[in-house]
Amino acid sequence: MKPSPPAIDIRGVWTRYGDAVIHRDIDLSVAAGETLGLVGGSGSGKTTLLREIVGLLEPDAGSVRVFGHAVLDPDLRVRRMVRRRFGMLFQQGALFSALSVFDNIAFPLRELRVLDDELIRDLVLLKLQMVELEPHQGRMMPAELSGGMVKRVALARALALEPELLVLDEPTAGLDPDRGENFVKLIRMLQKELGFTVLMVTHDLDTLAGLATRIAVLADQRIIACGTAAEVVAVDHPFIRNFFCSERAVTAMQARCS
Amino acid sequence: MPAATIEVIDHEGLPLARLAGSWTLARLSPPIAGIARIDARLRDLSKRGAAWNLHGVTRLDSVGALLLWRAWGRRWPAALDVPPAHRHVLERAAGIVAGDGLRGPPAPPSGLVFAGSVVLTAAKNLLGIVALVGRMVLDLAHLFAHPADIPWREFSANLYKSGARALPVTALIGFLIGVVLSYLTSLQLKVFGADIYIVNLLGISIVRELGPVLVAVLVAGRSGSAMTAQIGVMRVTEEIDALATIGVSRTLRLVLPKVAALAVAMPLLVVWCSAAGIVGGMISAHLQMDLSYGFFMDTLPRVVPVANVWIGLGKGFVFGILVALIACHFGLKVQPNTESLSSMTTTSVVTAITVVIMVDAVAAILTRNLGMPV
Repeated sequence: MKPSPPAIDIRGVWTRYGDAVIHRDIDLSVAAGETLGLVGGSGSGKTTLLREIVGLLEPDAGSVRVFGHAVLDPDLRVRRMVRRRFGMLFQQGALFSALSVFDNIAFPLRELRVLDDELIRDLVLLKLQMVELEPHQGRMMPAELSGGMVKRVALARALALEPELLVLDEPTAGLDPDRGENFVKLIRMLQKELGFTVLMVTHDLDTLAGLATRIAVLADQRIIACGTAAEVVAVDHPFIRNFFCSERAVTAMQARCS
Repeated sequence: MPAATIEVIDHEGLPLARLAGSWTLARLSPPIAGIARIDARLRDLSKRGAAWNLHGVTRLDSVGALLLWRAWGRRWPAALDVPPAHRHVLERAAGIVAGDGLRGPPAPPSGLVFAGSVVLTAAKNLLGIVALVGRMVLDLAHLFAHPADIPWREFSANLYKSGARALPVTALIGFLIGVVLSYLTSLQLKVFGADIYIVNLLGISIVRELGPVLVAVLVAGRSGSAMTAQIGVMRVTEEIDALATIGVSRTLRLVLPKVAALAVAMPLLVVWCSAAGIVGGMISAHLQMDLSYGFFMDTLPRVVPVANVWIGLGKGFVFGILVALIACHFGLKVQPNTESLSSMTTTSVVTAITVVIMVDAVAAILTRNLGMPV
């Protein structure tokens, strides 16, 4: 088998908002099958970078390639093909509020226009089961769901098209630690089973310790460190010292290693 | 990734299906023959009692697994040879329980039920508006006792947004309607040589009727929809609940300033719009029938008793309160989803315009003895 291209490949990305430079010549690559955690302070442009990766924003310079194709390829068919290969979990879930849970998950499947109703129904039930929700909860409307359930439904929708890459924006933000941990476990279990690549942006050390196989740190407009947790912690930078070497961080990391 | 393939060989009198390739959604959808054909083939094989060998399958996702599971009639086939990793995926597909009635769309209601529900909804809305008025009366009493709580800022902001910002469009519409009306009537009046009655016609119809109704329709579309959407979004984002927890009455801070602002702004807009209409009519009459501006201005106060102006102003006041009340009522009824927001905004504008015209008709009957030239 020929070596497959990296799931995500970012080369020389620059982003500016007016005069403010957000990203200065960023290179980042995520290999297929790994889980990369992207961390950085508030306003360091993590979410902006994520939006550039999924093609919601265009960087001012540089290239973003997903599975070897440019996400903003001029050819719309290539674009659509690339977009079907990844799923995105938004921070607030971004469920379609006018559709029930069932229809939310069925939506991407129906958009394919090749699956019959029965198969779609079974697939949705399967996804609901995967994210540990009951079939009858499919009738609920997004407004009736708790924060943890919104995340689960959003995850089920992100997984609907069997993506090879899952992009997570703050997967555990807004969940209590217990639910957050369960959600991390769920993602880890699904990843083991379905074998997708994960790129996530997070603030939460427990999430990072629980999921990421590699960590990239975004600060001072560039990636200042990228590697395993041990490699990243070894880099001497005020942000890294603050973020990883607090007492809480050390406990979280130790728990992961033991 | 290799495509999904089915190879059938004869094995001791029964077919043996050897599946190979990548049985995933990406490989099964359009580029290859399509899911329907593979599905039909699988079902056919299953019916013939085939044995299954899945060792050649490189990837199996839930779509592939479900296709197989369905083709097998939702039970394990007698002869199945599958590697453990794929068996796990198949077990997942086997584990789903059919949730009945998951997606039963509600049956369209019959005529009588529909009519009944319309009446009930209307009654409920009426009650809701009455309750809102009640709350506002209580708020007014509270403000009377605590004048420091009067929301001046909100009031002036609303006055500016729905009053001052509406000046250009109301003037334009009023002017154009005046021109059109004057032009069309003058064509008729000329036939009878009754040219000068144009002043009576334009004066009475614009000042008494068209000005208030036009402004009400414009304001309902412009400010009413904005009010419903604003309050509705505040409900969706729980801002209204946040207000309540801070201890601020939503009617006092959100509804009352809007109602008060429209009650003040609408009569002024009516005067402004009517004036524009009269000017438009005057210009048109001058061009069409050579009626001098001086004559028009001289005759107007004599043939249009001042009571008409008061009727117009009163209508503006009442319509303003109605439009704002209806807009706020529907805004507060928005459910936290996008569909509800759009339908409530539509309902708000449609209801406001309908109610305004109904009230106008009633007012026309009640004031039929007032303001007519003798």
